Amino acid sequence: MIPVSWFVVLTLFLFSIGALGFIVRRNVIIMLICIEIMLNAVNISLVAFGRALEHTVAHVLVFFVIAVAAAEAAIGLALVVLLFKKTREVHMDEFRLLKG
Amino acid sequence: MWSSLPSFVAVYPEILLVVVASIMALADRWVKLKDVFAWITIATSVIALIMVFAVEGAVFGNSYAADTYGLFFKMIFLLALIMVTLVSPGYNRMVGIHFGEYYALLMFAVTGMMLMASSKDLILLFLGLELMSLSVYVLAALLYSDLRSLEGAMKYFLLGAFSSAFLLLAITFLYGLTGTTYIDVIAKKVFYPGLADNTALLLSAALFVVAFGFKVALVPFHMWSPDAYEGAPTSVTAFMAVGPKAAGFAAMGRVFIEALYNARVDWVEYLIPLALVTMFVGAILAVVQTNIKRLLAYSSITHAGYAVLGIIAASREGMAATMLYLFLYLFMTIGAFSVVTLFRQKDFLGEEITDYQGLSKTHPWVALVMLIFLFSLVGIPPTAGFIGKFFVFKAAYEAGHHLLVIGAVLASAIAAYPYLRIVMLMYMKEPEKDLAVNVTPYVFAGLIISVVGVLILGVYPEPVINFARTCCAGLIP
Repeated sequence: MIPVSWFVVLTLFLFSIGALGFIVRRNVIIMLICIEIMLNAVNISLVAFGRALEHTVAHVLVFFVIAVAAAEAAIGLALVVLLFKKTREVHMDEFRLLKG
Repeated sequence: MWSSLPSFVAVYPEILLVVVASIMALADRWVKLKDVFAWITIATSVIALIMVFAVEGAVFGNSYAADTYGLFFKMIFLLALIMVTLVSPGYNRMVGIHFGEYYALLMFAVTGMMLMASSKDLILLFLGLELMSLSVYVLAALLYSDLRSLEGAMKYFLLGAFSSAFLLLAITFLYGLTGTTYIDVIAKKVFYPGLADNTALLLSAALFVVAFGFKVALVPFHMWSPDAYEGAPTSVTAFMAVGPKAAGFAAMGRVFIEALYNARVDWVEYLIPLALVTMFVGAILAVVQTNIKRLLAYSSITHAGYAVLGIIAASREGMAATMLYLFLYLFMTIGAFSVVTLFRQKDFLGEEITDYQGLSKTHPWVALVMLIFLFSLVGIPPTAGFIGKFFVFKAAYEAGHHLLVIGAVLASAIAAYPYLRIVMLMYMKEPEKDLAVNVTPYVFAGLIISVVGVLILGVYPEPVINFARTCCAGLIP
């Protein structure tokens, strides 16, 4: 059986890719995909822990995460569509009305 | 047969809010007089507030507990809901977002916050946080015909979703280490120098700090907040500045004070620099703002820095001080934002600081009310802001963080300048233009509640601080 630590390393690796992509890329859709990568990286660990500890709690939590990610994607894409309709643009750098 | 069903009495307030919110979202189509929704929201929140005091016990396999700690925070959330609802009818009609779904979303967000405050299980904490955040993202984007609102909401959404991934990773690590998501069990399993010496646990604590840092807008995780606050409709901004922030602190109390109490040496180390940077950056950046909503956003960042001091103290007194701070902060912040909503006209934002020039001549009462809130935000005695600061500083000092308290006092001296600049403009300059003020009976009642709250709690905070002390007694062993 593959040791749990391998899954944890995989999780950290994928999570870092997602976080890095979120910070480096400016396309809103790519940023949403990066968040998705981060959430699914966590899911891998959860499933591995759940299997190693023989708990169902972790598996249930994975389903919650998937459901929440779907809800987040719905709201995120709705915002992207609205922004695109107004500005014909999906790059975060182009939105400069607010100074932050 | 019925006896086999578990009792859901402890979650009746949340069930009530969700049911009423769902009905309101559906009924919007057929109700012409939209003020009805405001009345229903206020009535429901008052009933929920009474119910919150009446119910107790744990449900859903002990993952949700209606205990006194949750009770105090639920009181804050429901009061915030009532006061934001009072602001809403006048302002929202002016900007064209006065409909049932608005109130429904507010109630869904409050439900999420209440779940967070009462969660005994990290899964429920995560779900409550998401319910709250998703509702608030939509609320922030409600003015979608205005590009600023969309841009602010987009930034809020991206960073909020980013931070919830961190929260999830932190929960996963904690679960992998302790084999449970129950806060009580984690608290028993984490003990110094056993698990508390563990790199993975330290990483998990750091990830929790990042996730909650985003939610309560601690520097350097604050980038979204000025933009989201400026872009969102002002009534929603008032809600965002109080509700999600208090909920973030409620969750911090659950995770840091209750679950990771035995590893406090480590997470306190992470929080101290964040608190210092937050107080100073918030105070200094507020100085250069020209838009009042951005200014209040930076002010709310600074205030989050003060409130964290109570968590850093990691004592019963400290937690009580943070809870008291958030309770007092509710009145002054919603009050200040209510005043900002008064100046909004169809084609005039009324959000520039220079718009307040000479306000004492044109609208002396509005200027006086704003003056009270600004003094309270500065922390001048006899207002509530002073009491709040006094108790958190005292708690942090007693816990031995002397330098931190000195830094906090210095930061609050800098933070006084931006508020006093507005006072100066209102009282010592001649008016340049005649501002119209849009006062509805609702916002009038809301302002009276805030002013009375700020002044009475400023001179007589005893009952609230004692209540906060008894409320967090169960949290710390």
